[in-house]
Amino acid sequence: MITAGIDIGSITAKAALIRDGKLAGTSLQFTGYHAAKAGNAVLETLLDRTGIRRDDIDIIVSTGYGRNSVDFADKAVTEITCHGAGAHFIDPEIRFVVDVGGQDSKVIKIDGTGKVIDFAMNDKCAAGTGRFLEVMARALEADLDDFGRISAEADAPAAISSICTVFAESEVISLISRGESRQNMIAGIHESVASRISAMARRVGVTPPVMMTGGVARNQGVVRALESRMDAEIRVSPHAQLNGAIGAALLAARMQ
Amino acid sequence: MADNQKKHDPAKKAPKIQAVSRMKEIMTNYYIDAKTAREQGKKVAWITSGGPVEPLIAMDVIPVYPENHGAMIGASKMGAQLCEKAEEMGYSRDLCSYARADIADSVQKTGPIGGLPEPDMLVCCNNICGTVLKWYETAARYYKVPLFILDTPFVHTEFSDSARKYVLSQIYEYIAFLETHCGTKMNYDRMEEVGRLSVEGTGLWQAVLDTCAHRPAPMTAFDAFFHLALIVTLRGTRTAVDYYRQLLDELNQRIADGVSMVPDEKYRLLWDNLPVWYKTRWLSEKFAAHDAALVADTYTSAWSGMLPDMGGQTFLEAMAETYTKVYINISIDRMFDIVANMIEKYQVDGMVMHSNRSCKPYSLGQYDLRQMIMDRLGVPTLIIEADMVDERAFSESQIDTRIDAFMETLKS
Repeated sequence: MITAGIDIGSITAKAALIRDGKLAGTSLQFTGYHAAKAGNAVLETLLDRTGIRRDDIDIIVSTGYGRNSVDFADKAVTEITCHGAGAHFIDPEIRFVVDVGGQDSKVIKIDGTGKVIDFAMNDKCAAGTGRFLEVMARALEADLDDFGRISAEADAPAAISSICTVFAESEVISLISRGESRQNMIAGIHESVASRISAMARRVGVTPPVMMTGGVARNQGVVRALESRMDAEIRVSPHAQLNGAIGAALLAARMQ
Repeated sequence: MADNQKKHDPAKKAPKIQAVSRMKEIMTNYYIDAKTAREQGKKVAWITSGGPVEPLIAMDVIPVYPENHGAMIGASKMGAQLCEKAEEMGYSRDLCSYARADIADSVQKTGPIGGLPEPDMLVCCNNICGTVLKWYETAARYYKVPLFILDTPFVHTEFSDSARKYVLSQIYEYIAFLETHCGTKMNYDRMEEVGRLSVEGTGLWQAVLDTCAHRPAPMTAFDAFFHLALIVTLRGTRTAVDYYRQLLDELNQRIADGVSMVPDEKYRLLWDNLPVWYKTRWLSEKFAAHDAALVADTYTSAWSGMLPDMGGQTFLEAMAETYTKVYINISIDRMFDIVANMIEKYQVDGMVMHSNRSCKPYSLGQYDLRQMIMDRLGVPTLIIEADMVDERAFSESQIDTRIDAFMETLKS
């Protein structure tokens, strides 16, 4: 049986194919303006890549903030449930998932089968999300991909508030004018993101082992800061950005 | 179209509650009465929602509730505009949206009823929050009318004897205040009669809410939010007693006929905190699409706690106690006991807490309460962030995802 999962995030659209319980392929592209079109395009790319025909797909599950705009999906499931299923598939030991995406950060407690026990999501604010890091990268004229490496060289992370993205940006600008090192500012930004997420995680109650997913998991600086604040080792998913799509495809398989 | 929930099927909609039209008629008459009080030679007192209204009724003063007005503003989706107006006037955005909307409408008079009837006096009881003190002081300055403040101490563990004496002495000061400003003496026989009607009315209101213990529930908390208006505004009157008797009969008939408000009720939820007044329909349809009924809530039941506390006391003594022990003036341990009791009584599968940006005393402690409910009772609990009146604090897609995810957890 072949099933597909489509995850429409605020920044990227992801697709995953599961064939007979195994991951058959994934693809990722920018979401852009049209969530529905992005869902179709990301699936087409994946079909081209794997040689699987659309008719061969038995069930499609959509997820992510644009889940209800994927009109060809058989069912929409929230990213919370999908991330739980995805993390369990990648590493069955995982009992806690930290997902930090473009506009959402969430923590999910799961049981030994990948079923969600409890979850929490960020409030109406971009602080503690990928968007926050993007804004900071722009203010610092730095490449976001280099953030993890640069922050490893910090000697004293700068204090940057986690209350509001816009305020944090003005704090960074005044730190720049005071001559603070880029390393310390970026490390401070990571601490700011981590403090917000770890508070949310503690609210739910951290149950290791912890897996981190979402685009921000690619940033080693945030991962290190989170490990220290959550007092737990974090396993970064090898498919960090694709975890939701993989989970959706797995849930589709269970619908049979 | 992908969807993880059923489409709303109007054909499957439960028949409406017939009493609604009678309720609207009563509320219209009530506001006409209040707005024409001067022509009738009657006085109007503004009073907080949790304030002891019975002495006003006994003195033939028309009680008017700025909070009920706030709810109407919210339901009419006029909240954001009036809140913005209050912010222009210098009030903080962090101030309660009932207070902001009401203060702005005192000046602007563009709300759903063109402004509340002006008060002759104000009665403020701080059993519901501290904001009302400043809100009513503002109103007292604006309308240049006398203000009576009834101070109810917080109940950490028990309602102590000193608290009882303290509140009861203020009840007599309250009556003296009314006698001074009405120019007539209190008729204590009439006071006891109003008290009896109040006890009867709140008892009937509890009986109305209790019909939801039946599976499936003949109404939901969204209906309770609407039918609540009379027990708030006309508590202690024959009108309220008669109305709730009519409503109770109708709900019992619905049970007998097997009529449920959510057509395929499968999941039973408990709601905490005030309604999101401008989104009640959206939320109601959202939960119904998941076959979930909100069978009870901590908010509307706050007006039904009078009966068990009567004991051998006079009405005024019982009043001092019950008004001090309202749901948001008690410790979290007592709140937990109440919630645990409701979870059992209404056979609840999950709880939905509205973390209400406006109502700090109601929202403070919700995370601890949630943890207690999940740890001790194993009942899944969801928190959604919103505001009762200010639509600007509501993010539909975020709340949509949280509810869907919560329901997926309940169903799995």
